[in-house]
Amino acid sequence: MNKETRNYKILLWREPHGKVFFKGEMHGAFVTENISGISPDMSFLEMLDILNDRILSRNDHPVCFESDCREGICGACSLVINGVAHGRQTGTTTCQLHMRSFKSGSTIVVEPFRARSFPVIRDLVVDRSALDRIMQAGGYISVNVGSAPDAHSILVDKKSADQAFEAAACIGCGACVAMCKNSSAMLFVGAKISQLSKLPQGQPERYERVKRMVEQMQVEGFGGCSNTMACEAVCPKGITTKVISELNWEFLKMTLKS
Amino acid sequence: MEKIILETKVPSGPVSEKWKKYCETSKPINPANKRKYHVIVVGTGLAGASAAASLGELGYNVSSFCFQDSPRRAHSIAAQGGINAAKNYKNDGDNVWRLFCDTIKGGDFRAREANVYRLAELSVRIIDHCVAQGVPFAREYGGLLDNRSFGGSLVSRTFYARGQTGQQLLLGAYSSLNRQINKGTVKNYSRMEFQDLIVIDGVVKGVIMRDLVSGEFAVFTGDAVVLATGGYSAAFYLSTNAVGCNVSATYRAYKKGALFANPCFTQIHPTCIPQSGHHQSKLTLMSESLRNDGRVWVPKEKDMRSPNEIPETERDYYLERKYPSYGNLAPRDIASRAAKQVCDDNRGVGPGGKGVYLDFENAINRLGKDVISARYGNLFEMYEKITGENPYETPMRIYPAMHYSMGGLWVNYELMSNLPGLFVIGEANFSDHGANRLGASALMQTLADGYFILPNTISSYLNTVKPGDLQDTDSCIFPMVEEVRTPVRRLMSCRGNTSPNVLHSQLGRILWEYCGMSRNEAGLLKALTEIKQLKEDFWKLVRVPHYNNTSFNQVLEKAIRVVDFMDFSELLCLDALERKESCGGHFREEYQTEDGEAKRNDEDFCHVAAWKYNAEDKPTRIQEELVFEHVPLTTRSYK
Ligand SMILES: Cc1cc2nc3c(=O)[nH]c(=O)nc-3n(C[C@H](O)[C@H](O)[C@H](O)COP(=O)(O)OP(=O)(O)OC[C@H]3O[C@@H](n4cnc5c(N)ncnc54)[C@H](O)[C@@H]3O)c2cc1C
Ligand code: SF4
Ligand code: FES
Repeated sequence: MNKETRNYKILLWREPHGKVFFKGEMHGAFVTENISGISPDMSFLEMLDILNDRILSRNDHPVCFESDCREGICGACSLVINGVAHGRQTGTTTCQLHMRSFKSGSTIVVEPFRARSFPVIRDLVVDRSALDRIMQAGGYISVNVGSAPDAHSILVDKKSADQAFEAAACIGCGACVAMCKNSSAMLFVGAKISQLSKLPQGQPERYERVKRMVEQMQVEGFGGCSNTMACEAVCPKGITTKVISELNWEFLKMTLKS
Repeated sequence: MEKIILETKVPSGPVSEKWKKYCETSKPINPANKRKYHVIVVGTGLAGASAAASLGELGYNVSSFCFQDSPRRAHSIAAQGGINAAKNYKNDGDNVWRLFCDTIKGGDFRAREANVYRLAELSVRIIDHCVAQGVPFAREYGGLLDNRSFGGSLVSRTFYARGQTGQQLLLGAYSSLNRQINKGTVKNYSRMEFQDLIVIDGVVKGVIMRDLVSGEFAVFTGDAVVLATGGYSAAFYLSTNAVGCNVSATYRAYKKGALFANPCFTQIHPTCIPQSGHHQSKLTLMSESLRNDGRVWVPKEKDMRSPNEIPETERDYYLERKYPSYGNLAPRDIASRAAKQVCDDNRGVGPGGKGVYLDFENAINRLGKDVISARYGNLFEMYEKITGENPYETPMRIYPAMHYSMGGLWVNYELMSNLPGLFVIGEANFSDHGANRLGASALMQTLADGYFILPNTISSYLNTVKPGDLQDTDSCIFPMVEEVRTPVRRLMSCRGNTSPNVLHSQLGRILWEYCGMSRNEAGLLKALTEIKQLKEDFWKLVRVPHYNNTSFNQVLEKAIRVVDFMDFSELLCLDALERKESCGGHFREEYQTEDGEAKRNDEDFCHVAAWKYNAEDKPTRIQEELVFEHVPLTTRSYK
C-alpha cells in the first residue's frame, strides 16, 4: 500500500446554507478547505468524501456533489475542476480521477457545471433533466415489444455498427454543455442522431427525429454551436464534433425534404 | 402461529409448455379499460425501464421512479460483459434446453425449474427486441452478431457491446421509456426515493416516496406496485455496485409483510481490482469476459519478484490445474473461493497478499495486441486509470469482491410477491439464479422480466381489482406518512459527529469478515452480536446536517439507507446461519468435501427459505420445496 500522503488547498463552490432554498438561484461563493493526509491512490471523489466526513465531524455542512457508479459510465458525476469539466485528464470522468495526478500542496478549484439550462440545486449539484427531455422528444426507434423480427434479419455492416457504437457511448453527463460558451447541447444531441442514423433500424424516423430533438433543444434554452470545439476536448467518452456536422447535415436534409 | 403456504402458481404440464399454456389461458384486459389502471414502477434499471415502457405500450397508466437525477443512470448501466441468449448463432450446439440446464446447475439446484426454463425460452426474443431498438451489439464483418463465452458454459452464447453491454441495453430500454413518456402513457419521477408501501387490508395500493430535492413525502396510489430496485450487495459497503445502491425498498416491503427469500445467496465476483486502502468507497469489476483470454495464476510459493521475472515453471495456473475442462472459465463462486484459498495459503500477490494475476501475455502473443485491445480496450484503460499499471505489459492483479445478490423478495411464477398487488422484478427478486448466478444471465433476467413476463402476468392480477379505488388524499394514508416521517425526525435529531458513510463501512467490514466468501457458525453468531452493537452505536454516533429544513440533504439520504442496511444485515446473517449446507455462493466451512468444494445437503435444504418479518421477534422461516423433474440433482462438477 502506498504510504505517501499529500495535502491540498481546495476552493469549493458553496451555495450558502441558512438561506431559504430556491432551486436554480445562485447565491454561491468559494470557500477554502485545507485537507491533509490524502493518499495518491485515492480517487478525487474519495478525497471529497473524506473532506465531507471531516466537515461533518466539525459540525458543519458537507458539500453536496453527485456521483453513483464511480467507474465512469453512469454520467452522474460532474464538477468543473481547475476550470475544466471532469478535470484536465482527457477521456476521463471526475469519478475516475485519482489524486496521484494532483501535485501535493497545490490548490484545486471545484465548481459546478454551469449552464443556463442546468439550474443549480445545491453546491455542486445541478439539474440536468433538460437532457432527458430532449431524448423524450425523439431519441428513440419506435418499436413495441413483441414485434421485432429475428435479430439476424437486420444486417449491419461492421463499419456502421462500430460508428454507431462510438456515438452511443455518450453518458449524458453534460460536460460538453458546461464547457461551451454558448451552453450548447449539440455534441450530446449529435451523438444520438449519429448513432440512430447509421443503423438501418433508425431510417424510418430519421428526419422526424432530428426535427423534434433540435426543437426541444431550443425550447430548453441550449445555445447554438460556434465551433470552438470545447465540448470535444472535455467529452469523457471521446465523442467528436463530427457528430455535430452530421447533426447539421441531417437537419439540413430534413428541411429540404419538408 | 399462522401457517403461510407459498403458492407458486406454476402451471401444470411439461416444463417446455408451461409458459405457452400460461399465456394462452391468461385473460387480457379490455384495451379501453387499461388506461384506468395506474401501475407504479419503482426503479428504472433494465428491469424497471423495460417494464414501464412495455406497460405503457400496452396502454396502462404508468408512473416510474428512480432516486438518481435521470432514469438513464440506474446501476444496470455499469454491466460490462454481456447478455446470454440461446440463439445458437455459432452452431456450437446451443439451445434453450442447454441454457436451462446450465442455469439450473450453475445455480447449484436452488432455483425453480419452471421459472428458469421460461427465462431460457425468452432469452432469444430479448436480443431480437434490443436489436430492433438500435442497441449496437458487436458484429462480425459479414454484418451478423458476434458472441463470446462466459463462465459456467461450454458454448458461446453471450452477446455484447464491447465492455459496455449494460449501458447499451439500458439506453435501449431508456429510449423505449422516453417514447412512452412522450406519448403520455408513462410519467417519470426522478430524484425520488421509496419510503414505504401503502397496504390496505393486506393488498398493496401504492407507495410513499420522498422527494430528494424538497425533502417532502409524496403519496402515489395505484392498482399495482412493481419494485425493480436492484440488489443489496452494497450492504457490504465495498462492492462493485454504485454508491447509491440500497436495500431500502425491498427491506421496507419485507417489513410490510413481503417475504424475503434466500438473503444469504450473495455472489462474490472473482475478477475485481483489489482494494488499495481504507479510503476506498467502492470496488471496480473487471469483466468476467477477460477470462476468455486471460490466465489466472499465482506463484507456486510465496514470491516477491515482479510477475514478469517469475519463470513459467514456478507459476501455478490453479484454475486450469484444478478444473481442467472449464479452466479459467470456472463459475464465479468456484473461481472466487479458489482465489481465496491460494491467498490464505500465503501465495497471494500485490499489497497485503490479497490478489492473484490475470495474465494476457499468451493471448497477446497469440492474437496480437490489436485484437486484445479491440476486445477489452476500455477495461484495460479503466484498470490503468485506477491502479496506474499497464495490463498490456504486466499482468492485472485481481481479487474477489461482493457483486450480486441472488436472494431478494419472494415471488411466484407471475412475479408477484405474497402481498397481492406487489410485483418484484430484476435483481430485486429472488427468482432465477438459485445459489449462484452465471455471468451474463442477470441482464437476460431483468429484460425477460420487464419486457416479456410482467406485462403478461400483471393482467391476471389487475383483472381481479377495481381500478382507482384508493385516492392519494384518502385520510387512511396520513398515519402511514407519519410513520415514515418518525425515523427521519429521529435521524435529524442525532447529535454525534460521525458520518453515516463511516458507520456503513464498519458494517461492511463485519459482513465481509463473517458473511463473505466463507462462513461458519461461530463467525455468523459473532457477526450478529457485532451488528447489534453497531446498531446501538449508530444512533449515538451518527450526525446529519441541518440545512434549515429537510430539503436536499445527501447525508440524510445515506443515513436512511444505512439504517436499512444494518437491519437487513441481521436477516442476511440469520439466513446464512440457518442454511446448514454449502451451495453456490453460500459456503459454510462446516460443510465441504475433502478437496474443499461446496457440499450440498439436498435431504434437508433443497428449498427456498423465505423470511417473514415479525417486528421484535425473530422472523419466521418459511420453505418452498424445490422439485427437480428435468435436471437431475447431481453434484456440480467443473473438473
Ligand atoms: C459492475 C457490474 C457489472 C455487471 N455486469 C453484468 C454482465 O456483464 N452481465 C449480466 O448479465 N449482469 C451483469 N451485472 C449484473 C446486472 O447489471 C444487474 O443485476 C442488473 O443490471 C440489475 O438491474 P435491475 O434493473 O434489477 O436494477 P438496477 O439497474 O440496479 O436499477 C435499480 C433502480 O431502482 C432505483 N432504486 C433503487 N433503490 C431505490 C429506492 N430506495 N427508491 C427509489 N428508487 C430506487 C434506482 O434508481 C434504479 O433506477 C453486473 C453488475 C455490476 C454491478
Ligand atoms: S457528448 Fe460527451 S460530454 Fe456531452 S453528454 Fe455525452 S459524454 Fe458527456
Ligand atoms: S459517478 Fe458514474 S460516471 Fe462518474
